[in-house]
Amino acid sequence: MTIRDKTAIAGLGSTPYYKRGTSLPQTLPELVCKAIIAAVDDAGLTVKDIDGFAYYSEGFDTPYLMETLGIPEIRYTATLTGSGGGSAGAVGLAASAIVSGMAETVVVVGGTQMAEQRFGSLMSAYPQTPENAFFSSAGLVGPGHMFALLARRHMHLYGTTREHFAEVAISTRLNAMRNPGAVMRKPMSRDDYFNAPMIADPCCLFDFCLETDGAIAVVVTSTERARDLRRDPVRILASTHGGGRDWGRALYWMNMPDEAFASGGHAPVARGLYAQAGVTPGDIDCAQIYDHFSPMVITQLEDYGFCGKGEGGPFVASGAIRYDGGSLPVNTDGGQLSAGYIWGMSHVREGVEQLRGTAVSQVADAELVLVTGGPSSLPVSGLILAK
Amino acid sequence: MSEISKAPPPELFTLTTDQWTKPFWEAAAAHRLVAPKCGCCSTFRMPPTPFCPNCLSQALEWPELSGHGVLYSYTIVARAIIPEMAAHLPYVPALVELPDAGGVRLITNIVGAPLDALEIGCPVEVVWDDRPDGVSIPCFRLVRTD
Ligand SMILES: [Zn+2]
Repeated sequence: MTIRDKTAIAGLGSTPYYKRGTSLPQTLPELVCKAIIAAVDDAGLTVKDIDGFAYYSEGFDTPYLMETLGIPEIRYTATLTGSGGGSAGAVGLAASAIVSGMAETVVVVGGTQMAEQRFGSLMSAYPQTPENAFFSSAGLVGPGHMFALLARRHMHLYGTTREHFAEVAISTRLNAMRNPGAVMRKPMSRDDYFNAPMIADPCCLFDFCLETDGAIAVVVTSTERARDLRRDPVRILASTHGGGRDWGRALYWMNMPDEAFASGGHAPVARGLYAQAGVTPGDIDCAQIYDHFSPMVITQLEDYGFCGKGEGGPFVASGAIRYDGGSLPVNTDGGQLSAGYIWGMSHVREGVEQLRGTAVSQVADAELVLVTGGPSSLPVSGLILAK
Repeated sequence: MSEISKAPPPELFTLTTDQWTKPFWEAAAAHRLVAPKCGCCSTFRMPPTPFCPNCLSQALEWPELSGHGVLYSYTIVARAIIPEMAAHLPYVPALVELPDAGGVRLITNIVGAPLDALEIGCPVEVVWDDRPDGVSIPCFRLVRTD
């Protein structure tokens, strides 16, 4: 038994994306509720139809949501372990609840509000433990410091350059400039990129994702039921999460064998995903790749087989990921680098928009879209959505 | 003349240990660099954990290492993203591979190095950052090859 093609996304809801802290005085649970209400409304349902929640990254407080929204009963509430690596996999978690008959209408929701703890200095807020002593003693304050170590190794092994990172940042910004909902819509030239302050060499300011507030929810149900609802179903063709021991705790371990070290950690998940979907990388029309750091877009393009190992730099330099003329438009909404950082859910959102034909930067005849969760401690995850 | 790398901000780290990590930090306080080695199959691992991932033995040895390593990767932090960092810039978080511990890597810092001399593959050797709280942290400096 697999979840292949048995479920669909029937509803999509989102708050605006706000620059860090500017969503106040709204609360984070309030933003989450707004996204949920919008998603069930979009599906032609009401909150009373919700009978399940699937989360990632520690999720939200289900009984609070029930109390607040008046949801009478739920039959399923589950969270993928780990952090932002699970954003795409949470959709698969919802699908597994439906395929197994444990629930009928499952909401996947993600949201973030950075009023107190900035994501950029996340590790400095971790409690001190015997395990994290081995990285916090080295002054690794934020995820950017850690991913910079991976990026430099990729440069060393494969000749990847900052020009390649710049191409990811600039092509993503071009997409954001067309998106009225994007937070950063100013043009970014190559000079702008190279003049930006270096935060964690070789990663400069524009290699880092934004710090934003917002929430996004989707409603997952059976494909059969979704056909009777308001919107055309976006089919969940496949979703996988997990990963290999050679990636494991990744940033908190840093002992990955060379090949895994200079990667996004997604290779095992990608293999499983294509096998489950019965498609190949060449069948994918556009990709929404978790972009917390621009070098990690390059490594995931390799993990998902759009180019060979170590060829991600030249692949993006060829223009392949551009919306205009690219063979694989990537992060068509402007991504987390330029549109908004909603902990991966904006990629799910853009996947749905592309397959509904409602994307601002619509890829002509898009039928299959890849969505990935963040390279992070396992699990990492992937999702293939279909028209 | 390129800037010289410093030690990272001490305020950001308070040492806590358990029975599996304590020998590493006790040796460090005596300026001895050690790494956990399986007492059964001799596989090194880092950081220390309660079981050998190769044979599941809990037997452990802590051989003293030469302190010589190879720079595997590094980043240069030159911008304070929280205020405590400001007086300690630039610092250089790094991964150092330890050839005499089966190639396991330490997450550490390169100190006292001109930033333009940093290069993956450089030989490095341990130096000790003796902190005000009595904790010593292994850092590394570039080994002169001229
Ligand atoms: Zn062993």
